[in-house]
Amino acid sequence: MSNPAIKVVVVGNGMVGHHFVEQLIEQDIGAQITVLSAEPRLAYDRVHLSEYFSGKTADDLALTTPEHYQELGVAFKTDAKVTHIDKVAKTVTTEQGEVFAYDKLVLATGSYPFVPPIPGHDREHSLVYRTIEDLEDISASAAVSKVGVVVGGGLLGLEAANALKQAGVETHVVEFAPQLMAVQVDQGGGRLLRSKIEELGVRVHTSKATDVIEDGEKHRYKLCFKGGEELETDMILFSAGIRPQDALAREFDLELGERGGIVINNQCLTSEQDIYAIGECALWNNFIYGLVAPGYNMARVAASHIAGGDLAFTGADMSTKLKLMGVDVGSIGDAHARTPGALSYVFENQPEGVYKKIIVDADKKKLIGAVLIGDNSEYDTLLQYALNGIDLPKSPESLILPAGAGAAPALGADALPDTAVICSCLNVSKGDIIASIDAGNCDLPSVKSCTKASSGCGGCAALLKSVVDCELEKRGVEVKKDICEHFAYSRQELYHLVKVGEIRSFAELVSKHGKGLGCDICKPAAGNILASVWNDFILSSDNVGLQDTNDTYLANMQKDGTYSVIPRMAAGEVTPDKLIVLGQVAKKYKLYTKLTGGQRIDLFGARLEQLPLIWDELLDAGFETGHAYAKSLRTVKSCVGSTWCRYGVQDSVGQAIDIENRYKGLRSPHKIKMAVSGCTRECAEAQSKDVGIIATENGWNLYLCGNGGMKPRHADLFATDLDTDTMIKYIDRFLMFYVRTADRLQRTSVWMDNLEGGLDYLKEVIIEDSLGLAAELEAQMQHVVDTYECEWKVAMSNEASRKRFRQFVNSKETDSNVIFVQEREQIRPATEQEKQELGVELV
Amino acid sequence: MSSSSWIKVCNVDDLVDNSGVCALVEDKQVALFKLAGADDVYAIGNWDPLGKANVLSRGIIGSINDAVVVASPLYKQHFCLKTGMCFEDDDVTVPVYATRVEDLHVFVQVAS
Repeated sequence: MSNPAIKVVVVGNGMVGHHFVEQLIEQDIGAQITVLSAEPRLAYDRVHLSEYFSGKTADDLALTTPEHYQELGVAFKTDAKVTHIDKVAKTVTTEQGEVFAYDKLVLATGSYPFVPPIPGHDREHSLVYRTIEDLEDISASAAVSKVGVVVGGGLLGLEAANALKQAGVETHVVEFAPQLMAVQVDQGGGRLLRSKIEELGVRVHTSKATDVIEDGEKHRYKLCFKGGEELETDMILFSAGIRPQDALAREFDLELGERGGIVINNQCLTSEQDIYAIGECALWNNFIYGLVAPGYNMARVAASHIAGGDLAFTGADMSTKLKLMGVDVGSIGDAHARTPGALSYVFENQPEGVYKKIIVDADKKKLIGAVLIGDNSEYDTLLQYALNGIDLPKSPESLILPAGAGAAPALGADALPDTAVICSCLNVSKGDIIASIDAGNCDLPSVKSCTKASSGCGGCAALLKSVVDCELEKRGVEVKKDICEHFAYSRQELYHLVKVGEIRSFAELVSKHGKGLGCDICKPAAGNILASVWNDFILSSDNVGLQDTNDTYLANMQKDGTYSVIPRMAAGEVTPDKLIVLGQVAKKYKLYTKLTGGQRIDLFGARLEQLPLIWDELLDAGFETGHAYAKSLRTVKSCVGSTWCRYGVQDSVGQAIDIENRYKGLRSPHKIKMAVSGCTRECAEAQSKDVGIIATENGWNLYLCGNGGMKPRHADLFATDLDTDTMIKYIDRFLMFYVRTADRLQRTSVWMDNLEGGLDYLKEVIIEDSLGLAAELEAQMQHVVDTYECEWKVAMSNEASRKRFRQFVNSKETDSNVIFVQEREQIRPATEQEKQELGVELV
Repeated sequence: MSSSSWIKVCNVDDLVDNSGVCALVEDKQVALFKLAGADDVYAIGNWDPLGKANVLSRGIIGSINDAVVVASPLYKQHFCLKTGMCFEDDDVTVPVYATRVEDLHVFVQVAS
């Protein structure tokens, strides 16, 4: 008989508590896990909390779901605050009186925001910034406020200020110290950070101690500072540091630090056997770690110890890289040069707002600290120097000097030792990455999914890529991008050859740049590129042989060789008369009808020779091709919008129709789906589309590169509150940039995941026009828009293409193997067995 | 022994360069292909034995090394137009028919 499952109770379901659950499951010891959370929802990403104000929802921030925990076999209770520990009976009791037995207890209760006991601090509109509920309160308060003050100018305070700013109130930051982010940044860096933040419209007040909060005159409240100055405001956000949530440990006699925090050893065990503490509630070596990476590390250690492993927590690096209100801030190691004998080098470019400082040891051999403001591009390199004790170059200043001024090249991935930690969130070292490559993972995505590297904060993405590339190169793996045996080029290169060489046919392309006859890979890709660039008729005699059968016959082939027909129904809008025509056509040709996911109607079971007859009738009724067969824009889904809906704030249907009509017919590397929602309720599901548009009070929020289907990807919020003209410009540029640079059959979601520089880079290209391409991309899109023709209309008016739609060149017979049977009052293809029973000869 | 005969099927004009058409020859569906600039006409069975439908005439023509092939439009297996052999599955072949062109007419030879 096997031992009974070990019972593990986890108190708290923040990021660290959740990570512990994942780690323990990975240990695979069959533990019976129970999670008790005082919060109303399961774990979510607090690091990216401020994105709640730029359009992310609680669901977007969620790290898990009840269904996921159920699948994993993890029992959980929310709104279940633990109020009692019985160390002898080994049970915990919740506020509701429920009792849970444990063999091992893990406290991951986190921290709470410290609110200084200033008289008048506890009134309405005095808030903190930690949970989603806090954000909801901030949002509600901001809606009835004009001015907001954040008390505290540290890292979290500036995050909170960003939230206030995005909520649309005049934002002030009040800091007791003489500078912002005094923990991570030196004085010089603090000065520049302040000026950059003030440029963004946030007012900063340093060296200010608040004595009392009173009623204001112009605004709700008044902060009275020591020395007599005052500041009026409507709301106050306290962000003056965190305190460990150790009340439970205090009450039930676990050892605490002098200033709080549950004391733990290197195994994350508290003073009590079988009780662990991890994350911000834990005090290790008299230190509370307020970052997520060390918390994850503790979670890993505790899980390992429960499973009998021997990992140990031995402290953590507190270096930080982040973007605060769009300003790069980096801090590594001894940023304040407090190490005896430390020397520093400083580079400052005030006009461009860049400050860089490195701190080296007395021998100028090792890097011990750094501060970066306004430009984090050297962060990864500097961090590796510091963490791995790599010898500095002869002139250490070369590490921070601008290129061309004697700057050293970035530290190659090759120079890093195998012990170098590449991803600190998930604790993946260069050695782990090499092991994963040696185990057969030969590209970045598979290394990522094998090691989980770069799946935390994502800050190491660029470094990870260079390590993988470098290791693959060393193994002689040529990262081959040839599209097929006929062309030694990638799709992107072929596109370039076609455009620059003004090549208009496949014959010309293959004779100049390829070999052989081509194939079912390169021909459709070339046909697609030719169509994107020149927009010539895809069934012209030059082009027809390039097309997949769906494009050749402008319909979708089904399993029995018949086709389905989808006319365009822009935005899902259709008149009763047109609906009747569809019904009549379907009835006349005995077609199976079904609604598609893209809000239109699909007619199935059309034989090749029926397609022209069907389309004659559809064209007569005013329908045009829906391109359901093509790698091009499929549909723009819409909700009903402000025209009918009580909640709509913009005309989503009108916008969707305009957009569908603009981009219909654009040939692209893969299909493109779009949607427009008329308000934030998002009924059109725009965030799962390549291009998603959500109406706001002030215009439109634009989301890009989402996907449903096989590998869902939530779209990225690209720009907010756009007017229609600007939005169209951005979409023009985005689509053409994608058409130019994507691989064959690469959806925008995968394209984005592989785009070096990611969303920020895309914004630079599209919004700031960093490549100087915007005008060209727009002109090219305009060409496609201006030369649009309905392919069915052209095909039906041309005898040669009409002739293609027949089963036999020499007979009016039909394909005797196409047999339908009835099901639910419609046709469906007969199965093989049914055909045998009907006496149909197969072949 | 089975005899065979040449059947006149269609005009050369009915073929489409670098693409396929289908003809009904003695109750058999035959896929006909012609490359641009070449006189040869290839003929194989139209039945896709893997996809189980009469569709091979609607596939894309290409080459694998020196072999001229058609890719099935259903699941993309490649069939050699000269031998009928399937590149993805050695056990699968499709019938191949002899062809000739005379006075702009296309003839196909089928067993009768």
